[in-house]
Amino acid sequence: MHPSIRRIGRFVTAHVDQPLLGTTLLLMGMGLVVLYSASNASLVRVTGQLVNMLVALGVMWIFANIPPHYLMRLSLPAYTIGLMLLLAVALFGDIVNGARRWLNIGITRIQPSELMKIAVPLMLAWYFDRYEATLRLKNYAIAAFLLLLPVAFIVRQPDLGTALLIMASGCYVIFLAGLSWRVIAALGLAGAASLPLVWSVLHDYQRQRILTLLDPAQDPLGAGYHTIQSTIALGSGGLAGKGWLSGSQTHLDFIPERTTDFTFAVFSEEFGLIGNAVLLIIFLLIIARGTAISSNAPSLFARLLGGAITLGFFTYAFVNMGMVSGILPVVGVPLPLVSYGGTSLVTICLGFGILMSIQTHRKLVQT
Amino acid sequence: MSELSISRGVELRNAELELRHFRVRLGIAMALVVVAFGLLFARFVYLQIFMHEHYHTLAEANRISILPIVPNRGIILDRNGIVLATNYSAYTLEITPTRVDNLEATIDELATLVDITPRDRRRFKKLLEESKRFDSLPIRTRLTDEEIARFAANRYRFPGVDVRARLFREYPQGELFSHVIGHIGRISQKDIDRLEAADTISNYRGTDYIGKTGLEASYEQHLHGTTGVEQVEVDSGGRAVRSLSRTPPVSGSNLVLKLDAKLQEVVYRAFGDRRGALVAIEPGTGGVLAFVSKPGFDPNLFVDGIDPQNWNELNTSPDKPMVNRALAGTYPPGSTFKPFMALAALFWGKRTPSQAISDPGFFNFGGHTFRDDKVGGHGHVDMYKSIVVSCDTYYYQLANDLGIDLIARFMGQLGFGSRTGIDIAGEAEGVLPSPEWKRKRFRRPEQQRWYAGETISIGIGQGYNSYTPLQLAAATATIANDGVMFRPHIVNYVEEVHTRERTLIEPKPARTLDIKPEHLAVVRNAMVGVTREGTGARAFAGARYTHAGKTGTAQVVALKAGEKYVESRVAERYRDHALFIAFAPADKPKIALAVIVENSGFGARAAAPIARQVFDYWLLGKQALTPVKDDDDAPIY
Repeated sequence: MHPSIRRIGRFVTAHVDQPLLGTTLLLMGMGLVVLYSASNASLVRVTGQLVNMLVALGVMWIFANIPPHYLMRLSLPAYTIGLMLLLAVALFGDIVNGARRWLNIGITRIQPSELMKIAVPLMLAWYFDRYEATLRLKNYAIAAFLLLLPVAFIVRQPDLGTALLIMASGCYVIFLAGLSWRVIAALGLAGAASLPLVWSVLHDYQRQRILTLLDPAQDPLGAGYHTIQSTIALGSGGLAGKGWLSGSQTHLDFIPERTTDFTFAVFSEEFGLIGNAVLLIIFLLIIARGTAISSNAPSLFARLLGGAITLGFFTYAFVNMGMVSGILPVVGVPLPLVSYGGTSLVTICLGFGILMSIQTHRKLVQT
Repeated sequence: MSELSISRGVELRNAELELRHFRVRLGIAMALVVVAFGLLFARFVYLQIFMHEHYHTLAEANRISILPIVPNRGIILDRNGIVLATNYSAYTLEITPTRVDNLEATIDELATLVDITPRDRRRFKKLLEESKRFDSLPIRTRLTDEEIARFAANRYRFPGVDVRARLFREYPQGELFSHVIGHIGRISQKDIDRLEAADTISNYRGTDYIGKTGLEASYEQHLHGTTGVEQVEVDSGGRAVRSLSRTPPVSGSNLVLKLDAKLQEVVYRAFGDRRGALVAIEPGTGGVLAFVSKPGFDPNLFVDGIDPQNWNELNTSPDKPMVNRALAGTYPPGSTFKPFMALAALFWGKRTPSQAISDPGFFNFGGHTFRDDKVGGHGHVDMYKSIVVSCDTYYYQLANDLGIDLIARFMGQLGFGSRTGIDIAGEAEGVLPSPEWKRKRFRRPEQQRWYAGETISIGIGQGYNSYTPLQLAAATATIANDGVMFRPHIVNYVEEVHTRERTLIEPKPARTLDIKPEHLAVVRNAMVGVTREGTGARAFAGARYTHAGKTGTAQVVALKAGEKYVESRVAERYRDHALFIAFAPADKPKIALAVIVENSGFGARAAAPIARQVFDYWLLGKQALTPVKDDDDAPIY
């Protein structure tokens, strides 16, 4: 092989973590297969998603090549900009489907809350890393404030799903940073005590979703429809599934939003319990890889960020599958790497790029 | 140096401790991940293994919709293949009231696109009141192509309004067969109850119409066919995506009748605008050749629901067009009863053919005088003459000699006073008077008693005597057929549409009368005399076949003692009914009939000419070229 080609090859692959890339590509491939079925064999959709994936992989590669200490410097600006954008959304955002989530920046509309999915753990990891030597309870309180500020904005939009995901990733950072168990227990009790309060500030449709979870049959054609139809899809899939392109719930239009948030119902109907097991194993492999990377990371910043990204990914997957199988309320969370749509794909891959960066820049730091 | 090393050692220890702490935390988180995924997997196992059957059923229920395929209703043809009832496909504009908020406004809106008459609105309102199910109801039928196009372009404005292709029943002969074929109509709650009781309701899924009267009702199970089933896959919007399995419907069988449409038309025209009924029977089979009740109505009015105005008109008309006179109208037979009385006399041995009376023109019984029409009487009257000249006195005496019991027993054998069993429903029994009948009929003891005086007028077909034209025709056919009585039937055979398999409605001899042939010959000979030299002679002058008959005139109102009936003095509705029974050819009868013309006076003048035209058409294949003149100096008695 020509040395220059080898050099290019090395340049491309130097900061790519192969186990993570492999499992990611596997999930993306499954996503395309499911999308083909869910979109009733629409090649336009599949091609579009393929383009999304290539873009996401590009973003992943770029972030894999950014050393963690550069990323650290980006933390504060990214968080600050994100916060300002959220403020801008609250003031001038476009309302779509009753929620003010989008900001029109002339060329396109962006959803700043998406940025915060990375910016918040980044910021918190940076913060804990900075005060690493002298961590006190005060620092945890400040971290909690840094977390709750954007979450509050996003709850107000309202976008409960994203808010919960960001809240979760922030909590992961705080938890991994070593918040004492006593405080965790106290917060847990306080949280349970404040549930009625939380209930009172929820929007009607949010309450409805929670009530529907408890009893989907209560409103079978309204709020319960999604859950009922998706559980039927799962249950009727059985052990081996109905076969690719043969899901009646899918192809007769009974599953709503079947290319995006409910794509797991399509997968599950057509590939059954065996398919689900395979999917769970791939998710577990990715999470295991992310955990391994994080636990071997050289700095607190990298460890916390890696852990938060990994657990955030888990949260996505768990919430989505839990919602589709009817054990969690319906929140707008796509199945990571599988659901149709570019935004979440890019966010996830960006996170994986950071994981790869942490893994591949480790030696450089040590030497 | 040492300080440095110590401090570095602490730093290192701290870093190691920190890393250990972190790894413990991460380990705990991983454990939670595994638990969470375990929970998910447990949920999947529950749904996909344990509850699989349940959800499989639900998914199938989602997916599959069972649609009935309504069979084509059998058509009805006359004996020569002339279509009497058929189906045509047409587009209708239908509203599903449960899906429309403001019906009136919607109909007004629709009226700007398609022509909606006040009649349509009235009919729709009536349908709406009658329908209890979530039906879609037609507001307009038989849309033109242009109207369909106009509606299609505006369809989005009308949720709950659809254009549907439907099969409609059509009766091309209109009024002509209204009382035989009957009509179909929308299935009512009563029909549903009946179908449920018969356990055939499932065969009516998707069907809107059912036979209501006439053959449409009595042959409903043959005409309707078997509803097919299509299992279709539907999407969440309920739209059919593809067919999974299909059990085709079995079309209803066709009915081919004994009736002759042209003959029926001859009868109809012969009646003109007079009211009455005629039943013509093939004596050897009981097959009904013509079955007319005038006036009739247009059965097509009922097909897609009759509107209240037409309904009221039909119901309140003094002519009572909805009454099937041939089947359910009962009339005193008048003098047409006499041949049967003569037969009874021979049967019971109360008279010989040659035994004669001297007729003074009246008969006294119990201080009451029963008059003959002919003042001064007919002189020497034997059995033959009694029928030919229609001598009342002969029959007053005969009735008295026979007594009511013997009369009733014999007439009962001829089918008088009981249903013939013809293959359409709604037949009246009529009244065969007897002491027993009177006991049942009346409440008060003095009314329940049979008075010997009441027997006298029975002899001339008056009194309590009251029979349907059908019974009269059947009895006449029995005489024509040497005493073998067939159950009258209108349908010749039922034809399965696909296999062309024919199921004959077998001529069933209802009973064979125990009458000696020579006795029958006497009466038949006398009836030949009637049309050759007697009261019916004028109507049959010049006929190129042998014929036999008997005229009759039935009183509508009882005359007071001594009062003479003068037609011109009596209001039209109270004038006598004209009757005639006949068969031809006399030696080997092919057709027997009874005809009644309401309020038209003497049978010879009003009814016999109709019989003549029927016979001419049936036996010679064309109508009489010269209609019999209707003049008053005809020999009438």
